[in-house]
Amino acid sequence: MEAIKITDLTKYYGKSRGIIDLNLTVEEGEFFGVIGPNGAGKSTTIRTLLGLISPSSGQAKIFGYDVCKEKNKVLEQVGYLPSEAVFYAGMKVKDVLKLSADLRKKDCSEEAKKLCERLQLDDNRKVEELSFGNRKKVGIVAALQHLPKLLILDEPTSGLDPLMQREFFDIIRERNEQGATVFLSSHILSEIQKNCTRAAIIREGRMIACDSVEALSRTNAKRIVVQGEVMLDGLSGVRNMERNEGTVSFLYNGEMGQLLQCLSAGRVSDLSVSEPDLEEIFMHYYEKGGEQS
Amino acid sequence: MTLVKHELKQGFKALAIWTSAIGFFIVVCVFMYPEMKGEMDGVSDMFASMGAFTAAFGMDKLNFGTMIGFYAIECGNILGIGGAFFAAILGVSALAKEEKERTAEFLLTHPVSRNSIITQKLLSVMLQIVFMNVVIYLLAVSSISMIGEEVLWKEVSLLHLANFLVQAELAGICFGVSAFLRRSGLGIGIGIAAMMYFLNIVANLTESAETLKYLTPFGYADSADIVTNVSLDGKMIACGIVLLFIGILTAYQIYGKKDIQ
Repeated sequence: MEAIKITDLTKYYGKSRGIIDLNLTVEEGEFFGVIGPNGAGKSTTIRTLLGLISPSSGQAKIFGYDVCKEKNKVLEQVGYLPSEAVFYAGMKVKDVLKLSADLRKKDCSEEAKKLCERLQLDDNRKVEELSFGNRKKVGIVAALQHLPKLLILDEPTSGLDPLMQREFFDIIRERNEQGATVFLSSHILSEIQKNCTRAAIIREGRMIACDSVEALSRTNAKRIVVQGEVMLDGLSGVRNMERNEGTVSFLYNGEMGQLLQCLSAGRVSDLSVSEPDLEEIFMHYYEKGGEQS
Repeated sequence: MTLVKHELKQGFKALAIWTSAIGFFIVVCVFMYPEMKGEMDGVSDMFASMGAFTAAFGMDKLNFGTMIGFYAIECGNILGIGGAFFAAILGVSALAKEEKERTAEFLLTHPVSRNSIITQKLLSVMLQIVFMNVVIYLLAVSSISMIGEEVLWKEVSLLHLANFLVQAELAGICFGVSAFLRRSGLGIGIGIAAMMYFLNIVANLTESAETLKYLTPFGYADSADIVTNVSLDGKMIACGIVLLFIGILTAYQIYGKKDIQ
Protein backbone atom coordinates (compact mmCIF):
# COMPACT_ATOMS: atom_id res chain seq x y z
CA MET A 1 0.00 0.00 0.00
CA GLU A 2 1.11 3.54 -0.64
CA ALA A 3 1.86 5.44 2.53
CA ILE A 4 2.16 8.72 0.66
CA LYS A 5 0.93 9.48 -2.82
CA ILE A 6 1.40 13.00 -4.12
CA THR A 7 -0.10 13.79 -7.52
CA ASP A 8 0.64 16.98 -9.50
CA LEU A 9 0.83 18.93 -6.27
CA THR A 10 1.30 22.65 -6.71
CA LYS A 11 1.35 25.33 -4.06
CA TYR A 12 1.76 29.01 -4.61
CA TYR A 13 1.82 31.51 -1.77
CA GLY A 14 0.19 34.37 -3.57
CA LYS A 15 2.61 34.75 -6.45
CA SER A 16 5.62 33.19 -4.85
CA ARG A 17 6.41 29.59 -5.52
CA GLY A 18 6.07 26.82 -3.01
CA ILE A 19 6.13 23.63 -5.03
CA ILE A 20 5.28 22.93 -8.66
CA ASP A 21 3.78 19.73 -10.09
CA LEU A 22 5.22 17.45 -7.49
CA ASN A 23 4.67 13.74 -8.01
CA LEU A 24 5.89 11.37 -5.37
CA THR A 25 4.98 7.96 -4.03
CA VAL A 26 6.25 6.40 -0.84
CA GLU A 27 5.39 2.77 -0.19
CA GLU A 28 4.40 1.55 3.24
CA GLY A 29 7.44 0.56 5.27
CA GLU A 30 9.89 2.64 3.29
CA PHE A 31 12.55 4.89 4.79
CA PHE A 32 12.28 7.79 2.39
CA GLY A 33 14.42 10.90 2.31
CA VAL A 34 13.83 14.30 0.77
CA ILE A 35 16.78 16.53 0.25
CA GLY A 36 17.21 19.99 -1.16
CA PRO A 37 18.53 23.43 -0.35
CA ASN A 38 16.70 25.85 1.93
CA GLY A 39 13.55 27.18 0.36
CA ALA A 40 13.35 24.34 -2.16
CA GLY A 41 9.86 23.36 -1.06
CA LYS A 42 10.54 20.55 1.42
CA SER A 43 8.61 22.17 4.22
CA THR A 44 5.82 23.24 1.88
CA THR A 45 5.42 19.60 0.87
CA ILE A 46 5.32 18.46 4.48
CA ARG A 47 2.93 21.20 5.55
CA THR A 48 0.58 20.25 2.74
CA LEU A 49 0.69 16.60 3.76
CA LEU A 50 -0.26 17.63 7.28
CA GLY A 51 -3.12 19.84 6.15
CA LEU A 52 -1.55 22.99 7.59
CA ILE A 53 -1.78 24.58 4.16
CA SER A 54 -4.05 23.65 1.31
CA PRO A 55 -2.64 22.96 -2.16
CA SER A 56 -3.26 25.34 -5.06
CA SER A 57 -3.85 22.31 -7.26
CA GLY A 58 -3.19 18.60 -7.32
CA GLN A 59 -3.74 16.26 -4.46
CA ALA A 60 -2.00 14.21 -1.82
CA LYS A 61 -3.07 11.05 -0.07
CA ILE A 62 -1.76 9.35 3.02
CA PHE A 63 -2.71 5.68 3.41
CA GLY A 64 -5.40 6.39 0.86
CA TYR A 65 -6.93 9.29 2.78
CA ASP A 66 -7.06 12.68 1.11
CA VAL A 67 -5.02 15.19 3.12
CA CYS A 68 -7.62 17.92 2.65
CA LYS A 69 -10.90 16.09 2.94
CA GLU A 70 -9.94 13.41 5.45
CA LYS A 71 -7.43 15.34 7.46
CA ASN A 72 -8.29 13.80 10.81
CA LYS A 73 -7.90 10.27 9.48
CA VAL A 74 -4.53 11.30 8.07
CA LEU A 75 -3.33 12.95 11.25
CA GLU A 76 -4.31 9.94 13.34
CA GLN A 77 -1.73 7.89 11.43
CA VAL A 78 1.03 10.46 11.47
CA GLY A 79 3.70 11.48 13.91
CA TYR A 80 5.20 14.82 12.94
CA LEU A 81 8.44 16.29 14.18
CA PRO A 82 8.75 19.94 13.16
CA SER A 83 12.15 21.40 12.46
CA GLU A 84 11.63 23.85 15.27
CA ALA A 85 9.48 22.50 18.05
CA VAL A 86 7.61 25.16 20.02
CA PHE A 87 5.25 24.40 22.90
CA TYR A 88 2.95 26.29 25.21
CA ALA A 89 4.88 28.42 27.68
CA GLY A 90 4.41 27.55 31.31
CA MET A 91 3.79 23.86 30.72
CA LYS A 92 5.93 21.04 31.98
CA VAL A 93 7.29 18.52 29.52
CA LYS A 94 4.99 15.81 30.86
CA ASP A 95 1.97 18.10 30.56
CA VAL A 96 2.80 18.81 26.92
CA LEU A 97 3.11 15.08 26.25
CA LYS A 98 -0.13 14.41 28.11
CA LEU A 99 -1.88 17.16 26.13
CA SER A 100 -0.64 15.67 22.88
CA ALA A 101 -1.85 12.22 23.91
CA ASP A 102 -5.21 13.60 25.07
CA LEU A 103 -5.71 15.41 21.78
CA ARG A 104 -5.27 12.00 20.18
CA LYS A 105 -7.56 10.42 22.78
CA LYS A 106 -4.89 7.87 23.62
CA ASP A 107 -2.97 6.91 26.71
CA CYS A 108 0.67 7.02 25.72
CA SER A 109 2.23 7.42 29.15
CA GLU A 110 4.23 4.20 29.02
CA GLU A 111 5.72 4.83 25.61
CA ALA A 112 6.41 8.44 26.59
CA LYS A 113 8.29 7.28 29.66
CA LYS A 114 10.41 4.88 27.64
CA LEU A 115 11.24 7.52 25.06
CA CYS A 116 12.09 10.15 27.67
CA GLU A 117 14.47 7.70 29.30
CA ARG A 118 16.18 6.83 26.06
CA LEU A 119 16.58 10.48 25.11
CA GLN A 120 17.54 11.47 28.65
CA LEU A 121 14.77 14.01 28.88
CA ASP A 122 13.58 15.17 32.29
CA ASP A 123 9.82 15.45 32.00
CA ASN A 124 9.46 17.65 35.07
CA ARG A 125 11.17 20.61 33.45
CA LYS A 126 9.20 23.50 32.05
CA VAL A 127 9.35 23.63 28.28
CA GLU A 128 10.42 27.27 28.04
CA GLU A 129 13.46 26.54 30.21
CA LEU A 130 14.70 23.88 27.82
CA SER A 131 17.52 24.35 25.35
CA PHE A 132 16.79 24.06 21.64
CA GLY A 133 18.02 20.48 21.58
CA ASN A 134 16.00 19.44 24.60
CA ARG A 135 12.89 21.04 23.15
CA LYS A 136 13.54 18.99 20.07
CA LYS A 137 13.51 15.89 22.24
CA VAL A 138 10.06 16.85 23.52
CA GLY A 139 9.01 17.11 19.88
CA ILE A 140 10.45 13.67 19.19
CA VAL A 141 8.58 12.07 22.07
CA ALA A 142 5.36 13.84 21.08
CA ALA A 143 5.79 12.61 17.51
CA LEU A 144 6.54 9.01 18.48
CA GLN A 145 4.62 8.26 21.66
CA HIS A 146 1.38 7.28 19.93
CA LEU A 147 3.18 4.73 17.72
CA PRO A 148 2.20 6.29 14.39
CA LYS A 149 2.27 4.34 11.13
CA LEU A 150 3.91 7.22 9.32
CA LEU A 151 6.67 9.41 10.71
CA ILE A 152 7.20 12.78 9.08
CA LEU A 153 10.48 14.28 10.26
CA ASP A 154 11.52 17.77 9.22
CA GLU A 155 15.23 18.27 9.78
CA PRO A 156 15.06 16.08 12.84
CA THR A 157 18.61 16.22 14.10
CA SER A 158 19.21 19.96 14.20
CA GLY A 159 20.13 20.89 17.75
CA LEU A 160 20.82 17.33 18.89
CA ASP A 161 24.32 16.36 19.95
CA PRO A 162 25.97 13.51 18.02
CA LEU A 163 25.20 10.92 20.69
CA MET A 164 21.55 11.93 20.70
CA GLN A 165 21.47 11.94 16.93
CA ARG A 166 22.62 8.35 16.98
CA GLU A 167 20.09 7.37 19.62
CA PHE A 168 17.41 9.17 17.64
CA PHE A 169 18.18 7.30 14.44
CA ASP A 170 18.36 4.03 16.37
CA ILE A 171 14.82 4.66 17.56
CA ILE A 172 13.61 5.66 14.11
CA ARG A 173 15.22 2.61 12.51
CA GLU A 174 13.58 0.37 15.13
CA ARG A 175 10.23 1.92 14.33
CA ASN A 176 10.91 1.39 10.64
CA GLU A 177 11.74 -2.26 11.26
CA GLN A 178 8.47 -2.60 13.16
CA GLY A 179 6.69 -1.46 10.03
CA ALA A 180 6.44 2.31 10.32
CA THR A 181 7.02 4.36 7.19
CA VAL A 182 9.51 7.18 7.56
CA PHE A 183 9.51 10.39 5.55
CA LEU A 184 12.65 12.33 6.37
CA SER A 185 13.47 15.80 5.14
CA SER A 186 17.01 16.93 5.60
CA HIS A 187 19.85 18.83 4.09
CA ILE A 188 22.43 16.65 5.73
CA LEU A 189 23.45 14.19 3.04
CA SER A 190 25.06 11.62 5.28
CA GLU A 191 21.81 11.29 7.22
CA ILE A 192 19.95 10.42 4.05
CA GLN A 193 22.72 8.21 2.72
CA LYS A 194 23.03 6.25 5.95
CA ASN A 195 19.37 5.77 6.72
CA CYS A 196 17.16 6.05 3.70
CA THR A 197 16.43 3.45 1.08
CA ARG A 198 15.04 5.94 -1.42
CA ALA A 199 15.35 9.66 -1.75
CA ALA A 200 14.04 12.56 -3.77
CA ILE A 201 15.89 15.75 -4.55
CA ILE A 202 13.85 18.93 -4.61
CA ARG A 203 15.10 22.17 -6.02
CA GLU A 204 13.21 25.38 -6.65
CA GLY A 205 9.88 23.74 -6.02
CA ARG A 206 10.36 20.86 -8.43
CA MET A 207 11.49 17.33 -7.91
CA ILE A 208 14.59 16.85 -10.00
CA ALA A 209 15.43 13.29 -9.10
CA CYS A 210 13.87 10.43 -7.22
CA ASP A 211 15.51 7.05 -6.95
CA SER A 212 17.12 4.64 -4.57
CA VAL A 213 19.94 6.25 -2.64
CA GLU A 214 22.33 3.81 -4.25
CA ALA A 215 21.28 4.76 -7.74
CA LEU A 216 21.41 8.43 -6.91
CA SER A 217 24.98 8.11 -5.74
CA ARG A 218 25.89 6.02 -8.74
CA THR A 219 26.67 8.05 -11.78
CA ASN A 220 28.84 7.85 -14.82
CA ALA A 221 31.05 10.59 -13.55
CA LYS A 222 34.32 9.69 -11.85
CA ARG A 223 36.50 11.82 -9.73
CA ILE A 224 39.93 11.96 -11.37
CA VAL A 225 42.97 13.23 -9.53
CA VAL A 226 46.16 13.57 -11.56
CA GLN A 227 49.58 14.55 -10.32
CA GLY A 228 51.99 15.83 -12.91
CA GLU A 229 51.59 17.85 -16.08
CA VAL A 230 48.73 17.13 -18.40
CA MET A 231 46.98 19.07 -21.13
CA LEU A 232 43.26 18.68 -20.77
CA ASP A 233 42.24 21.26 -23.37
CA GLY A 234 39.75 19.93 -25.87
CA LEU A 235 38.64 17.14 -23.58
CA SER A 236 34.87 17.15 -23.23
CA GLY A 237 33.05 16.02 -20.06
CA VAL A 238 35.29 17.75 -17.55
CA ARG A 239 33.62 19.45 -14.61
CA ASN A 240 34.62 21.19 -11.41
CA MET A 241 38.27 21.35 -12.34
CA GLU A 242 40.64 22.43 -9.62
CA ARG A 243 44.38 22.95 -10.11
CA ASN A 244 46.57 22.92 -7.09
CA GLU A 245 50.40 22.73 -6.99
CA GLY A 246 50.89 20.19 -9.72
CA THR A 247 47.66 18.35 -8.96
CA VAL A 248 44.59 18.49 -11.16
CA SER A 249 41.31 17.26 -9.82
CA PHE A 250 38.05 17.08 -11.76
CA LEU A 251 34.84 15.18 -12.36
CA TYR A 252 34.84 13.36 -15.67
CA ASN A 253 31.98 11.78 -17.52
CA GLY A 254 33.29 11.71 -21.07
CA GLU A 255 34.93 8.94 -23.07
CA MET A 256 37.48 7.03 -21.03
CA GLY A 257 39.64 6.40 -24.12
CA GLN A 258 40.06 10.10 -24.82
CA LEU A 259 40.99 10.74 -21.23
CA LEU A 260 43.62 8.03 -21.35
CA GLN A 261 45.08 9.46 -24.57
CA CYS A 262 45.30 12.88 -22.95
CA LEU A 263 46.93 11.46 -19.89
CA SER A 264 49.45 9.38 -21.80
CA ALA A 265 50.49 12.46 -23.75
CA GLY A 266 51.40 14.26 -20.55
CA ARG A 267 53.69 13.43 -17.67
CA VAL A 268 51.68 11.73 -14.94
CA SER A 269 53.38 10.87 -11.68
CA ASP A 270 50.25 9.72 -9.87
CA LEU A 271 46.66 9.04 -10.83
CA SER A 272 43.53 8.14 -8.93
CA VAL A 273 40.10 7.37 -10.29
CA SER A 274 37.27 7.14 -7.77
CA GLU A 275 33.50 7.37 -7.34
CA PRO A 276 32.54 10.91 -6.53
CA ASP A 277 31.05 11.20 -3.06
CA LEU A 278 27.37 11.85 -2.65
CA GLU A 279 27.98 15.42 -1.69
CA GLU A 280 29.51 16.21 -5.06
CA ILE A 281 26.61 14.68 -6.85
CA PHE A 282 24.12 16.64 -4.83
CA MET A 283 26.03 19.84 -5.29
CA HIS A 284 25.72 19.15 -8.97
CA TYR A 285 21.96 18.73 -8.67
CA TYR A 286 21.67 21.86 -6.58
CA GLU A 287 23.60 24.00 -9.00
CA LYS A 288 22.54 22.71 -12.34
CA GLY A 289 18.95 22.06 -11.53
CA GLY A 290 18.25 18.67 -12.75
CA GLU A 291 20.36 17.70 -15.73
CA GLN A 292 21.11 14.14 -14.86
CA SER A 293 24.76 13.30 -15.07
CA MET B 1 -13.05 18.96 25.34
CA THR B 2 -9.34 18.51 25.91
CA LEU B 3 -8.67 21.84 24.29
CA VAL B 4 -11.26 23.66 26.43
CA LYS B 5 -9.55 22.35 29.54
CA HIS B 6 -6.18 23.36 28.17
CA GLU B 7 -7.36 26.84 27.20
CA LEU B 8 -8.94 27.45 30.59
CA LYS B 9 -5.76 26.35 32.33
CA GLN B 10 -3.63 28.58 30.13
CA GLY B 11 -5.91 31.55 30.61
CA PHE B 12 -6.65 31.17 34.28
CA LYS B 13 -4.04 33.58 35.59
CA ALA B 14 -5.15 36.41 33.35
CA LEU B 15 -8.78 35.67 34.13
CA ALA B 16 -8.08 35.74 37.87
CA ILE B 17 -6.21 39.03 37.60
CA TRP B 18 -8.88 40.78 35.51
CA THR B 19 -11.70 39.44 37.65
CA SER B 20 -10.07 40.50 40.90
CA ALA B 21 -9.11 43.90 39.54
CA ILE B 22 -12.59 44.73 38.27
CA GLY B 23 -14.24 43.13 41.30
CA PHE B 24 -11.97 45.03 43.65
CA PHE B 25 -12.77 48.43 42.13
CA ILE B 26 -16.49 47.76 42.14
CA VAL B 27 -16.44 46.70 45.80
CA VAL B 28 -14.30 49.71 46.77
CA CYS B 29 -16.68 52.07 45.01
CA VAL B 30 -19.71 50.50 46.66
CA PHE B 31 -18.01 50.82 50.05
CA MET B 32 -17.38 54.48 49.38
CA TYR B 33 -21.05 55.13 48.81
CA PRO B 34 -22.24 55.54 52.46
CA GLU B 35 -19.60 58.18 53.01
CA MET B 36 -20.46 60.05 49.85
CA LYS B 37 -24.23 59.75 50.25
CA GLY B 38 -24.52 62.81 52.50
CA GLU B 39 -22.53 65.00 50.14
CA MET B 40 -24.26 63.65 47.09
CA ASP B 41 -27.01 66.22 46.78
CA GLY B 42 -24.58 68.91 45.81
CA VAL B 43 -22.55 66.57 43.66
CA SER B 44 -25.63 65.40 41.79
CA ASP B 45 -26.59 68.94 40.93
CA MET B 46 -23.07 69.63 39.79
CA PHE B 47 -22.91 66.50 37.64
CA ALA B 48 -26.31 67.26 36.20
CA SER B 49 -25.21 70.67 35.01
CA MET B 50 -22.07 69.83 33.10
CA GLY B 51 -23.77 70.06 29.73
CA ALA B 52 -22.50 67.74 27.08
CA PHE B 53 -20.34 65.86 29.54
CA THR B 54 -23.42 65.06 31.60
CA ALA B 55 -25.23 63.68 28.58
CA ALA B 56 -22.26 61.71 27.40
CA PHE B 57 -22.21 59.61 30.55
CA GLY B 58 -25.98 59.56 31.00
CA MET B 59 -25.82 61.59 34.17
CA ASP B 60 -28.75 63.71 33.09
CA LYS B 61 -31.02 60.75 33.55
CA LEU B 62 -29.47 59.21 36.65
CA ASN B 63 -29.59 60.42 40.19
CA PHE B 64 -26.14 60.12 41.66
CA GLY B 65 -27.65 60.49 45.10
CA THR B 66 -29.39 57.11 45.08
CA MET B 67 -27.60 53.82 45.48
CA ILE B 68 -28.79 52.52 42.13
CA GLY B 69 -27.96 55.74 40.34
CA PHE B 70 -24.50 55.73 41.84
CA TYR B 71 -24.01 52.06 41.13
CA ALA B 72 -25.24 52.32 37.57
CA ILE B 73 -22.67 54.95 36.65
CA GLU B 74 -19.89 53.23 38.52
CA CYS B 75 -20.76 49.80 37.17
CA GLY B 76 -21.21 51.20 33.68
CA ASN B 77 -17.70 52.52 33.74
CA ILE B 78 -15.66 49.96 35.62
CA LEU B 79 -17.35 46.78 34.45
CA GLY B 80 -18.25 48.34 31.13
CA ILE B 81 -14.74 49.35 30.15
CA GLY B 82 -12.76 46.75 32.07
CA GLY B 83 -14.95 43.87 31.03
CA ALA B 84 -15.07 45.01 27.43
CA PHE B 85 -11.28 45.24 27.21
CA PHE B 86 -10.85 41.84 28.77
CA ALA B 87 -13.44 40.25 26.47
CA ALA B 88 -11.92 41.89 23.40
CA ILE B 89 -8.43 40.70 24.34
CA LEU B 90 -9.70 37.17 24.97
CA GLY B 91 -11.52 37.08 21.67
CA VAL B 92 -8.83 38.59 19.53
CA SER B 93 -6.06 36.37 20.86
CA ALA B 94 -8.01 33.12 20.92
CA LEU B 95 -7.07 31.93 17.45
CA ALA B 96 -4.21 34.30 16.62
CA LYS B 97 -2.07 33.35 19.61
CA GLU B 98 -1.38 29.89 18.21
CA GLU B 99 0.39 31.35 15.21
CA LYS B 100 1.93 34.22 17.11
CA GLU B 101 3.46 31.89 19.68
CA ARG B 102 4.15 29.34 16.97
CA THR B 103 2.26 26.58 18.69
CA ALA B 104 -0.16 26.27 15.76
CA GLU B 105 2.05 23.66 14.15
CA PHE B 106 1.85 21.55 17.29
CA LEU B 107 -1.88 21.95 17.84
CA LEU B 108 -3.02 21.58 14.24
CA THR B 109 -1.06 18.42 13.50
CA HIS B 110 -3.16 16.52 15.98
CA PRO B 111 -6.27 14.74 14.71
CA VAL B 112 -8.65 17.49 15.79
CA SER B 113 -10.57 19.24 13.03
CA ARG B 114 -10.23 22.99 12.58
CA ASN B 115 -13.95 23.39 13.30
CA SER B 116 -13.61 21.54 16.56
CA ILE B 117 -10.65 23.73 17.50
CA ILE B 118 -12.66 26.87 16.72
CA THR B 119 -15.65 25.61 18.69
CA GLN B 120 -13.57 24.66 21.70
CA LYS B 121 -11.70 27.96 21.69
CA LEU B 122 -14.94 29.92 21.39
CA LEU B 123 -16.44 27.92 24.20
CA SER B 124 -13.52 28.60 26.49
CA VAL B 125 -13.63 32.33 25.71
CA MET B 126 -17.32 32.42 26.60
CA LEU B 127 -16.81 30.30 29.73
CA GLN B 128 -14.18 32.71 30.97
CA ILE B 129 -16.50 35.66 30.38
CA VAL B 130 -19.33 33.89 32.20
CA PHE B 131 -17.01 33.10 35.11
CA MET B 132 -15.87 36.69 35.42
CA ASN B 133 -19.41 38.05 35.30
CA VAL B 134 -20.79 35.62 37.84
CA VAL B 135 -18.00 36.40 40.30
CA ILE B 136 -18.36 40.13 39.83
CA TYR B 137 -22.15 39.96 40.10
CA LEU B 138 -21.87 38.10 43.39
CA LEU B 139 -19.27 40.54 44.69
CA ALA B 140 -21.45 43.50 43.70
CA VAL B 141 -24.65 42.19 45.25
CA SER B 142 -22.97 41.14 48.46
CA SER B 143 -21.07 44.40 48.85
CA ILE B 144 -24.27 46.41 48.33
CA SER B 145 -26.06 44.44 51.02
CA MET B 146 -23.00 44.69 53.29
CA ILE B 147 -23.27 48.47 53.39
CA GLY B 148 -26.91 48.07 54.36
CA GLU B 149 -28.45 49.31 51.14
CA GLU B 150 -31.39 47.62 49.51
CA VAL B 151 -30.42 45.58 46.47
CA LEU B 152 -32.71 46.51 43.58
CA TRP B 153 -32.43 43.04 42.12
CA LYS B 154 -34.04 43.75 38.80
CA GLU B 155 -31.99 46.85 38.01
CA VAL B 156 -28.69 45.40 39.21
CA SER B 157 -29.26 42.11 37.41
CA LEU B 158 -30.17 43.88 34.18
CA LEU B 159 -27.06 46.07 34.39
CA HIS B 160 -24.88 43.01 34.79
CA LEU B 161 -26.73 41.05 32.13
CA ALA B 162 -26.30 43.93 29.68
CA ASN B 163 -22.58 44.12 30.42
CA PHE B 164 -22.27 40.39 29.96
CA LEU B 165 -23.89 40.74 26.55
CA VAL B 166 -21.52 43.58 25.66
CA GLN B 167 -18.56 41.38 26.49
CA ALA B 168 -19.97 38.38 24.64
CA GLU B 169 -20.59 40.50 21.57
CA LEU B 170 -17.16 42.12 21.59
CA ALA B 171 -15.50 38.76 22.18
CA GLY B 172 -17.44 37.32 19.24
CA ILE B 173 -16.51 40.16 16.89
CA CYS B 174 -12.86 40.02 17.95
CA PHE B 175 -12.90 36.24 17.61
CA GLY B 176 -13.81 36.71 13.97
CA VAL B 177 -10.99 39.23 13.56
CA SER B 178 -8.63 36.79 15.28
CA ALA B 179 -9.07 34.28 12.48
CA PHE B 180 -7.35 36.67 10.05
CA LEU B 181 -4.38 37.51 12.26
CA ARG B 182 -0.99 35.88 12.42
CA ARG B 183 0.43 38.24 14.98
CA SER B 184 -0.75 39.60 18.26
CA GLY B 185 -4.06 41.36 17.90
CA LEU B 186 -4.07 43.01 21.32
CA GLY B 187 -3.99 46.49 19.83
CA ILE B 188 -6.80 45.66 17.44
CA GLY B 189 -8.90 44.12 20.20
CA ILE B 190 -8.50 47.03 22.57
CA GLY B 191 -9.02 49.38 19.64
CA ILE B 192 -12.34 47.77 18.76
CA ALA B 193 -13.52 47.90 22.37
CA ALA B 194 -12.48 51.55 22.76
CA MET B 195 -14.02 52.52 19.44
CA MET B 196 -17.32 50.94 20.43
CA TYR B 197 -17.25 52.76 23.75
CA PHE B 198 -16.68 56.14 22.12
CA LEU B 199 -19.34 55.46 19.50
CA ASN B 200 -21.83 55.25 22.32
CA ILE B 201 -20.58 58.50 23.82
CA VAL B 202 -20.98 60.19 20.46
CA ALA B 203 -24.48 58.72 20.16
CA ASN B 204 -25.30 60.10 23.60
CA LEU B 205 -24.02 63.54 22.70
CA THR B 206 -25.91 64.20 19.49
CA GLU B 207 -29.43 63.25 18.60
CA SER B 208 -28.52 62.79 14.95
CA ALA B 209 -26.02 60.08 15.79
CA GLU B 210 -28.60 58.12 17.72
CA THR B 211 -28.55 55.24 15.21
CA LEU B 212 -24.95 54.55 16.18
CA LYS B 213 -26.37 52.95 19.28
CA TYR B 214 -27.43 50.01 17.16
CA LEU B 215 -23.86 49.46 16.07
CA THR B 216 -22.17 49.51 19.43
CA PRO B 217 -22.95 47.09 22.23
CA PHE B 218 -22.58 49.92 24.69
CA GLY B 219 -25.84 51.23 23.22
CA TYR B 220 -27.92 48.62 25.00
CA ALA B 221 -25.70 48.66 28.07
CA ASP B 222 -26.30 52.34 28.75
CA SER B 223 -26.80 52.31 32.52
CA ALA B 224 -28.99 55.40 32.53
CA ASP B 225 -31.47 53.86 30.10
CA ILE B 226 -31.50 50.52 31.89
CA VAL B 227 -32.15 52.03 35.30
CA THR B 228 -34.76 54.48 34.01
CA ASN B 229 -36.67 51.92 31.93
CA VAL B 230 -35.90 48.83 34.07
CA SER B 231 -35.59 46.91 30.82
CA LEU B 232 -33.16 46.25 28.01
CA ASP B 233 -33.67 47.46 24.46
CA GLY B 234 -34.52 44.31 22.51
CA LYS B 235 -33.84 45.83 19.11
CA MET B 236 -30.32 46.94 20.01
CA ILE B 237 -29.60 43.56 21.56
CA ALA B 238 -30.83 41.82 18.42
CA CYS B 239 -28.41 43.94 16.36
CA GLY B 240 -25.66 42.98 18.79
CA ILE B 241 -26.45 39.30 18.50
CA VAL B 242 -26.34 39.56 14.72
CA LEU B 243 -22.85 41.10 14.94
CA LEU B 244 -21.80 38.40 17.40
CA PHE B 245 -22.88 35.69 14.99
CA ILE B 246 -21.20 37.39 12.04
CA GLY B 247 -17.98 37.36 14.04
CA ILE B 248 -18.30 33.68 14.89
CA LEU B 249 -19.26 32.64 11.35
CA THR B 250 -16.33 34.61 9.98
CA ALA B 251 -14.03 32.70 12.30
CA TYR B 252 -15.28 29.34 10.99
CA GLN B 253 -15.13 30.51 7.38
CA ILE B 254 -11.64 31.98 7.55
CA TYR B 255 -9.84 29.79 10.04
CA GLY B 256 -11.28 26.60 8.55
CA LYS B 257 -9.34 27.17 5.33
CA LYS B 258 -6.46 29.26 6.56
CA ASP B 259 -2.88 28.46 5.55
CA ILE B 260 -0.94 28.15 8.77
CA GLN B 261 2.56 29.55 8.76
